[in-house]
Amino acid sequence: MPDQSVLWPFVAMIVAALATYVWRVLGVALSGRIDPEGPLFEWVACVTYALLAGLIARMIVLPIGPLAETALGARLAAAAIALAIFFLTRRNIGLGVGAGAGALVLLTWASSA
Amino acid sequence: MPRDMHRLEGEDSQPYPAAFGSPRLAFRAGARQAFGVPAVVLGASFLGFGALVHQAGLTLWHGLFSTVTAWALPGQIAFLELYTVGASLFLIGMAVALVNARLLPMTITLMPLLRAEGMPRWAYYFAAYWIAVTAWVAAMRICPHLPPPERLPYFTAMSLTLWSITLGTTAAGFLLAGSVPAYVTLGLVFLNPIYFMLVFAAEVRSRPRVLALLLGAVIGPPLYLVTADWSLLITGLVAGSLAFLVAKTGGHA
Repeated sequence: MPDQSVLWPFVAMIVAALATYVWRVLGVALSGRIDPEGPLFEWVACVTYALLAGLIARMIVLPIGPLAETALGARLAAAAIALAIFFLTRRNIGLGVGAGAGALVLLTWASSA
Repeated sequence: MPRDMHRLEGEDSQPYPAAFGSPRLAFRAGARQAFGVPAVVLGASFLGFGALVHQAGLTLWHGLFSTVTAWALPGQIAFLELYTVGASLFLIGMAVALVNARLLPMTITLMPLLRAEGMPRWAYYFAAYWIAVTAWVAAMRICPHLPPPERLPYFTAMSLTLWSITLGTTAAGFLLAGSVPAYVTLGLVFLNPIYFMLVFAAEVRSRPRVLALLLGAVIGPPLYLVTADWSLLITGLVAGSLAFLVAKTGGHA
């Protein structure tokens, strides 16, 4: 039974690592064939940004893990506070991120207290 | 150092305002700039990953091995979930590949920025091993303002630095698992999406790309409710294509 072996997690992790690196290798191989000034490249860039935005929005609206136990309202409010502080401080990302995470902690703490 | 040395043929009107002066200096700058907000955000995320490794009943060495070999957090977390429920090797491979498919368009988008004359091909396959969102975002922002020979060293140094930091915080998260109050963990986990939201708000200027970000953010969460596994790819393809077409036709009108 392979599941009982100490090595099993390592074998599974190597498979996971290959399933990760394969995309990076393919990306390098394909990028040589795509003209960075052309429309195909711009389309790939649009797909990339849409995909990442979808991922980030999902992490805020429908998180998995510990964040799933916080209120949706608290997460949205914290995200709004982060954006507000960011724009008020002339686009300071560090302050915005700190304010957003701090706001979520305070809101969650306040609602549970 | 005269700016002219950093000019590309055919791009005489474009100097590189952020030039560090040499590939070696660019390497140092990349390592230095990794410290700061990127290190805090990514370090905190891997603290969470280390704690998850502990919860999954694996050892510290398993956690470090995962961070060394894969280094793309969503895939590493998917691996842990599947491992815990005893999924088959095939299922683990397929699921992790699906979660990490974003690395393909990310690599295609970044590579032309990193190319420089005289750099051997293997250097790009080597550097691509470390393509992940945080250093990608930084490189996408800075590299257009750097002379081409400085770009790959900048990206590689930043990635290697972040990678080392996440190895440390994977271990710290594993060792601290259970001893950190739950609300602190919440804040640490929340740093990650908030950081990327602000980076995109700060950096992305081109009209089709801004449109792609907005559309992706709008359709991503509802699609996730319909199909959790495929939602990311569908979001990228649908929202990205729509943004591309709208911006293209709008430009011709």
